[in-house]
Amino acid sequence: MATSTNSLIRVTDVCKEYNGGSVHALSHCNLSVKKGEVVAIIGPSGSGKSTLLRCLNLLEQPTSGTIYFKDVALNGKKVNLDLHRREMGMVFQHFNLFPHMTVKKNITLAPVKLGLKSQAEADAQAMALLERIGLADKANEYPAMLSGGQKQRIAIVRALAMAPEVMLFDEPTSALDPEMVGEVLDLMRDLAKDGMTMVVVTHEMGFAREVADRVVFMSEGAIIEEGPPADLFDHPQSERLQSFLAKVL
Amino acid sequence: MDLATRWSNLFVGMSPASFFNFSFLPKYGVYFLQALGYTLLLAVISVLLAVIPALLLAFMRLSKNKFVRGISGAYIAIFRSTPLLVQLSIIYFGFFGAISIPRLYIFGFIDISRFIPGVVALALNSSAYVAEIFRAGILAVDAGQTEAARSLGLSATQAMKLVVLPQAIKNVLPALGNEVVTMVKESSICSTLGMVELMFAAKTVATSTYISLAPYVLAALMYFCITYPAGKAIEALERRMRRGDKH
Repeated sequence: MATSTNSLIRVTDVCKEYNGGSVHALSHCNLSVKKGEVVAIIGPSGSGKSTLLRCLNLLEQPTSGTIYFKDVALNGKKVNLDLHRREMGMVFQHFNLFPHMTVKKNITLAPVKLGLKSQAEADAQAMALLERIGLADKANEYPAMLSGGQKQRIAIVRALAMAPEVMLFDEPTSALDPEMVGEVLDLMRDLAKDGMTMVVVTHEMGFAREVADRVVFMSEGAIIEEGPPADLFDHPQSERLQSFLAKVL
Repeated sequence: MDLATRWSNLFVGMSPASFFNFSFLPKYGVYFLQALGYTLLLAVISVLLAVIPALLLAFMRLSKNKFVRGISGAYIAIFRSTPLLVQLSIIYFGFFGAISIPRLYIFGFIDISRFIPGVVALALNSSAYVAEIFRAGILAVDAGQTEAARSLGLSATQAMKLVVLPQAIKNVLPALGNEVVTMVKESSICSTLGMVELMFAAKTVATSTYISLAPYVLAALMYFCITYPAGKAIEALERRMRRGDKH
């Protein structure tokens, strides 16, 4: 069944229903993401963008359809999901840093507890990552002491500490004050430049146009249009995308 | 004239039914203090013993398995819906009637053959309440915390142990403190089974001195002097925690 492709992630005919089928969050979504590709998912609120993203690492269980990661059906039986999730970093709208741990502990927790690194190795890696985002001086602070932009950048490097194959971003700048959006987008831009595979649910159209290799437009739980940003933004085909772009641009 | 006699003379001519006839103090003061110690030990040890079974009950209550959830739910329902005195009697005469604990005194005034059944009964009762405290505390931790932990590849157990529980336990500390305060008062029921705690001391002194009211007034004062400041301290702790939580 699992045909070999060059896709890192492949979503085939995924549906997600809530309340025993009375709410259709996703209907028959198909998507593939190649290694090194940056895919931006855009669409109005409630269109299923985040649900689709959360299906990719099975934070949401699809009602039907299959999610393949490196040609393994993640929602199949007898899959050790934890092993695959290590390779899929995720960044959340509300950061979800662990408030009872220092910044450094936030970053080293998973690599150490999963036995991938010694505490000393993980500490060194955490400091290098913090150095890279200019927050080395915050290593021993608790998240409550940080600004939203700092929290989100630390959440990003926390995911990076697992050396993931792909990074999933769930509206990473939506909870930020406007003046902090830039620093987070800059870091994401750097990641894209370094060749990281990324799937980004975003309302930042400028970022999607500039950084994404491909943009996916969703509405009412379905993927309506997808293609290179220039095509989607400048020559929208569907009426729904046209009216969406008219509102947000 | 020694100090004790002088004290007793203060109350000469006062009615035995008076609120303030504390003439028994020189003779029974130490007895009351021991009884207070008994009460505090009973309350603190019961709640501490309740913590582990309560955690287990809370996890069972949050389990996906309907059967496991049901067992925990039934336990909590039974212990919360029957009077403590009834539970105490059933456990004391039923369970501990069948096994005998030797009469052994610790600190010279705590007879373990009575203390242990009392502590067990209070702990079983308390674990039902503490389980609900833990359940609420676990549910109060944002679901995003678990999601973040799981997305890093941590298992459900690791996410619970490393991320959710430490936050939940911090959140429930004030409620646990309040449970100890409740137990200090509730444990007075153990006097009915001859445990020499504060209420029992008051009763004993009242019957042996024929001073019918003041020993109870003293007991009330002693309960109040423990529970009221403790309650205030817990409130202060809660306020401080709320301030600290602001992001």
